[in-house]
Amino acid sequence: MSDITFHVKRFDPAVDKAPYYQDFVVPVEGSMTVLEALFDIQEKQDGSLAFRYCCRSSICGSCAMYINGRYRLACQTNVAHMGVPRVTVEPLPHVPLVRDLVWDMEDFFVKYEAIKPWLIRNSALPDTEITQSPAERLKLNMPIDCILCAACYSSCPSVWTEENYLGPAALLKAYRFEVDSRDEAGRERMPSWDNERGVYRCHTIANCSEACPKELNPTEGIQWLKGSAVRRRLLGRKK
Amino acid sequence: MISHQLIVVGGGLAGLRAAIEAKDAGVDVAIISQVHPGRSHSGAAQGGVNAALANHPDASDDSPQKHAFDTVKGSDYLADQPHALQMTTDAVPAIYELEHMGCPFSRFDDGRIAQRPFGGAGYPRTCYGADKTGHYMLHVLVEQAYKRAIAMYVEWFVCRLIVEDGACRGVVAYNMTKGGFEEFRGEAVIMATGGAGRTYSNTSNAVISTGGGAAMAYHAGVPLKDMEFVQFHPTTLFTTHILMTEGCRGEGGYLLNKDGERFMAKYAPKAMELAPRDITSRSIQTEINEGRGIDGKSYVYLDLRHLGAEKLAERLPGTRDLAIHFEGVDPVYEPIPIQPGQHYSMGGIDTDVDGRTVMPGLLAAGECACVSVHGANRLGGNSLLETVVFGRRAGAAAARDILGRERGAAAPQGDGAAAAAVEAQVAELAGREGSEDAYAVRQEMTEVMRIHFGIYRDEAAMKTGVDALLALKTRLKKAKLRHTGRVWNIDMIRTMELEGMLDVALATASGALVRTESRGSHARTDYETRDDERWLKHTLAFYQGDDPPRLDYKAVTMGLFEPQERKY
Repeated sequence: MSDITFHVKRFDPAVDKAPYYQDFVVPVEGSMTVLEALFDIQEKQDGSLAFRYCCRSSICGSCAMYINGRYRLACQTNVAHMGVPRVTVEPLPHVPLVRDLVWDMEDFFVKYEAIKPWLIRNSALPDTEITQSPAERLKLNMPIDCILCAACYSSCPSVWTEENYLGPAALLKAYRFEVDSRDEAGRERMPSWDNERGVYRCHTIANCSEACPKELNPTEGIQWLKGSAVRRRLLGRKK
Repeated sequence: MISHQLIVVGGGLAGLRAAIEAKDAGVDVAIISQVHPGRSHSGAAQGGVNAALANHPDASDDSPQKHAFDTVKGSDYLADQPHALQMTTDAVPAIYELEHMGCPFSRFDDGRIAQRPFGGAGYPRTCYGADKTGHYMLHVLVEQAYKRAIAMYVEWFVCRLIVEDGACRGVVAYNMTKGGFEEFRGEAVIMATGGAGRTYSNTSNAVISTGGGAAMAYHAGVPLKDMEFVQFHPTTLFTTHILMTEGCRGEGGYLLNKDGERFMAKYAPKAMELAPRDITSRSIQTEINEGRGIDGKSYVYLDLRHLGAEKLAERLPGTRDLAIHFEGVDPVYEPIPIQPGQHYSMGGIDTDVDGRTVMPGLLAAGECACVSVHGANRLGGNSLLETVVFGRRAGAAAARDILGRERGAAAPQGDGAAAAAVEAQVAELAGREGSEDAYAVRQEMTEVMRIHFGIYRDEAAMKTGVDALLALKTRLKKAKLRHTGRVWNIDMIRTMELEGMLDVALATASGALVRTESRGSHARTDYETRDDERWLKHTLAFYQGDDPPRLDYKAVTMGLFEPQERKY
């Protein structure tokens, strides 16, 4: 067991003019994660600390934060493995702040909704499943693992500089459907992403892929969409 | 005041499916959820969802009837049999519907939905998307909710029901982002708030799985059914109780004790590692209790090494990631230390097959409800199924009730009294003269439940446990809020939810103490056998304030299968 200092960004819009940092010392044992440390602080030291939590097993996407200068899920970050005596915990940067470690998700989900994130079918549905070969299904493997934690969105310089840019998470979702062999959107979904607030705002900086705690590659999906737009518009292809 | 015809509390699979059904029927429906629906605990389900599609080469003669038999046998005959058959019959169209909505199920070579073997099932009928089936299903239904522009109140914490003239007329909720309490008025409310795993310290459940919906209904006078039946999942990570899917064993994983022995041969010689969860968990616990845990400690191994890296990458990639991140073990090279952990509440709000409760205007679906289809022990793969089948049925029933009424009735009126009552409750919490610590009370409650109402139970331990819970209830009244801010006050949420958790825990404890038999997950060392003559009946717990619940019983609906001894 060793004492670790958590240097936590605080902000309460009802009281504070500007964010500030507060230190908490937590005795860290065994496999304690940053999320568990935040609960320890909230329960034993400062009941006012605010942060998102849910599954604590890296599948719900609630607790993406900026921890010691890296995008991480607090629940997936083992404190001892970081090997440092001092851990800085900040909310996702470059997105609006609600309180303490809680950021405002509204714009993020407006952009998610904007790309029509659902399977579009025009032909009649079969009585059983729409068949899909394992090879076709394999193409979905990467994008369907997205947990919408917004680490990528927060990390993207194009998001920082263009408030209307859809960002990597929404575009990865668009890719997830456009690449699905069952999707029949044709050009229905395309206007949402084939424009200057869509894929062309991505400058392949690839911060998103580095930030992703699920090790996904939104940049790759966005480049596929760019290629698909060329194939459709110039070559008349379907996808 | 905010008004919608139908209010769905909870945005997990059951709530989403209910809302979609009602919306498609033409009802103005809103979802209120403590987290964004895509962050609900349904997403943590891994291994799959059961339906007799008969896609697997070994399952060509599978049928809903056989699925119902496995479910009823798995339930140790406490499930209501027609309800189980309803679920397994609805299962087939429910899975095709999910697939048509875009759910990325894994596929067989012929392009059909892949199915794997699961515990207690006579056929490989568990449809899966790798080992992230819940995540995939959840995101598909979230997408469908957005497609329909269903109103979603995200990060609103529901505090209590509004009950007038014996009927449910809405809820009061805390707006976490803006602060303040608001009345939501509607013609019906569907509770879809999930399980109560967090009443135990050793749970696989999300931090928000606190039994809140069940507690609210219970406090309003609706009985909780069969709460003593608590599922312990055989394989949760040793240090964190994070789930390792049953799919690990469905794909051929072994359970090994310190001697490297596949000990399930002693307990379930035919089914081996794919015995139902109650039996497998007891087997593991027995090995541990008798000193055959690894290094004498309280865990055994889940060994996947023989499956190989390629199969793990294809079928169980999430399992590998979780084991690496949370246990520091790579299952390709090392066996995974596991022990049983609390996983699922078979009991819940007493409902009929359409989600209706005894209270007009209040319905429930998913883990917070008890239809009952799981009886005394749920089969793996039947909980995801339950959410979509009974979510749909509850949404349809609520829509029928709402649309069947004469139109033109006055819009719901709220005088603000219900919200004011919650404000008063919070003021009381903030103004308490007390020295107790709510978090210490919570911690002690979870340990009482783990130790006294765990896998093996007996009279003496349970009596002590009930007394301990009653003492904790008294102590909680002296616990004061630490933080009184309006915005994102998780101290307030966690303190308010604790009262309900203690009451739900007490319903579990009281039902367990009185039930002098062993059935399914309720295993007593002092009453080791099932007693159909006295106990083939559902427990109903009625809230009694400071006292333990009043218990009543009702008959199990039989009709399809005669009870027999469970052998696997």
